[in-house]
Amino acid sequence: MDALRITEITGRALALPGDDIDTDRILPARFLRAITFEGMEAHVFVDDRAAATRAGHVHPFDEPVNQGASVLLVNRNFGCGSSREHAPQGLRRWGIRAIVGESYSEIFFGNSMMLGLACVTATHADLERLMAALAAHPGAAATVDLKAGTCSLAGLTVPVTMPGPARDALMTGAWDTTGLLKERYEDVNAAAARLPYVAGFR
Amino acid sequence: MGKTLLQKVWELHTVRTLPSGQTQLFIGLHLIHEVTTPQAFDELRLRGWPVARPDRTFGTTDHIIPTRERTRPFLDVMAEDMLSALERNCRDFGIPFYGLDDERQGIVHVIGPELGLTQPGMTIACGDSHTSTHGAFGSVAFGIGTSQVRDVLASQCIALEPLKVRRIRVTGQLQAGVYAKDVVLAIIRRLGVSGGVGYAYEFAGDTIERMSMDERMTICNMSIEGGARVGYVNPDDTTFAYFKGRPFAPQGEAFDRAVTWWRSIASDADAVYDDDVEIRADELQPVVTWGVNPGQSVGVAEQVPAATDAATTDALGYMGLAAGQPIAGLKVDVAFIGSCTNGRLSDLREAARIVRGRHVAPHVTALVVPGSVSVRRAAEREGLDEIFRAAGFEWRGAGCSMCLGMNPDKLQGNQVCASSSNRNFKGRQGSPTGRTLLMSPAMVAAAAIAGAVTDVRGMVDAPALSGAGQGV
Ligand code: SF4
Repeated sequence: MDALRITEITGRALALPGDDIDTDRILPARFLRAITFEGMEAHVFVDDRAAATRAGHVHPFDEPVNQGASVLLVNRNFGCGSSREHAPQGLRRWGIRAIVGESYSEIFFGNSMMLGLACVTATHADLERLMAALAAHPGAAATVDLKAGTCSLAGLTVPVTMPGPARDALMTGAWDTTGLLKERYEDVNAAAARLPYVAGFR
Repeated sequence: MGKTLLQKVWELHTVRTLPSGQTQLFIGLHLIHEVTTPQAFDELRLRGWPVARPDRTFGTTDHIIPTRERTRPFLDVMAEDMLSALERNCRDFGIPFYGLDDERQGIVHVIGPELGLTQPGMTIACGDSHTSTHGAFGSVAFGIGTSQVRDVLASQCIALEPLKVRRIRVTGQLQAGVYAKDVVLAIIRRLGVSGGVGYAYEFAGDTIERMSMDERMTICNMSIEGGARVGYVNPDDTTFAYFKGRPFAPQGEAFDRAVTWWRSIASDADAVYDDDVEIRADELQPVVTWGVNPGQSVGVAEQVPAATDAATTDALGYMGLAAGQPIAGLKVDVAFIGSCTNGRLSDLREAARIVRGRHVAPHVTALVVPGSVSVRRAAEREGLDEIFRAAGFEWRGAGCSMCLGMNPDKLQGNQVCASSSNRNFKGRQGSPTGRTLLMSPAMVAAAAIAGAVTDVRGMVDAPALSGAGQGV
């Protein structure tokens, strides 16, 4: 599991302000008709990006300076709505390795964990400061240090948190849970045997 | 000190504590559909793993299928490939599958309860966020992503961190024309779309206790829209009565033993909650969303808010609304009755009661999409299809339809849709500029007739259709 250990993520930062950004916006449903995740990165925020272009703006994911960024700054309840893993898959394949936000929907957080995409939490005030620092230094690199519990950007360092078990899973490389859950199948059978419905209440 | 249902079910299903500190939880029922599973099965094949419990896994198809013309192969090649992949996967791994030619097909959250697969005290997982629906029966049901689908297929378990429990007591008598949908929209408006993060919502109180299972499902379905991944109602006599005679429900003496156990897993009277909230049902009016998330709503007699912050300004702009305008009278182009929130028999009955003897406004496209084949058949036995057709509605086959833009049923351009579904996100109904107004199915029926958002309370004097049965 050593190769899977994630303790520190460094890369160019990209800010996407706004609360309640749902997974329908991150990855619209029409792109879920593919039976693989390949190429999902091309569809990230497509409708928002087109709307921005129509309105004469440039969406953060289209800004030239943001190409190749890997640390995403967001606000509250990021990834709410649909359980589609296509959303974090798309972000991960686009290049995002860590997200710093005020809060996440639980399903999005869990899906991201399964991909080794670290979602850490900072306060509203600290995110404002991070976004302001990035605005002053476009393309600046950010470092998310899970061990120290910090995010640094352009000379600014703020505390970030993550639920203990999730943080441990990333730091020990145990975030791909399938093998772990299969490991002691006798325990699974024992749990099933305790449940009266599994035997049909006989 | 007593325990909540969530604590009891969690403890009973705990396999072990993982080294990370997460709980390994046994999953009693795994429901699968075409959209969130192909990559999970691919990985299983790649790693040479079997499905651990094909006997506790059931598949159907709902999201991607056309609802007008169901012949194969589909015109949409990607949809055809996706459904074929699920058929192949179920066949190869020995999983029961209810496909398009099966009388048991339907939206996964409609057929689970209908068949008696969903039961009290179970843990349930499905690669779909509205899995919370099944909590109406006193199960603990989690929406999961594709990698977790792989976990469940391979091990019949998921790794999770414990949840807190917020009890939401709904009390008092609902007015005629105010429904379960209005209750849950009001709850989300009050607690916010992220208020439930980290919590399971336990819905309690006399209003909930009087509700049918269909109504409880509507409430639990939308827990996720309030940020709560899990929502549930303690099982009671209404719950137990629902299971009598369902194909997968225990029969005979086993049923009596089941009831004893089901009763025992309900929250204890002295259970302690992490939070407690009360909602007064008698004060509610029909609710309509005006914005781009399910928390942005108003009562039908109210006005949309003033543009006081960036999020409101953005939402009003997207919806094409003027700050402070009344929501009633807003013109609609499309009316959609269906989805896992409100596509069950009692929903269709209530909507049919409103439209009977009336006609859809000339500029409105209106469709009714039953949640399952079984709902469709039952509605046809009662003649509801005839009522809808006579009123100018299209009567479709079972599926997710216009709830999300994955199949041919989509909004066009910036159409405004009165919808009985659960999400009004930007682009949700298939047009990147489409606009969704969430409301109860009766309110959708009223909007279809009037051609604009209208208060259904002025139309509910129509006599009830058929008895007080609680659905199929
Ligand atoms: S009806 Fe809508 S919300 Fe329900 S499962 Fe289908 S797409 Fe999802």
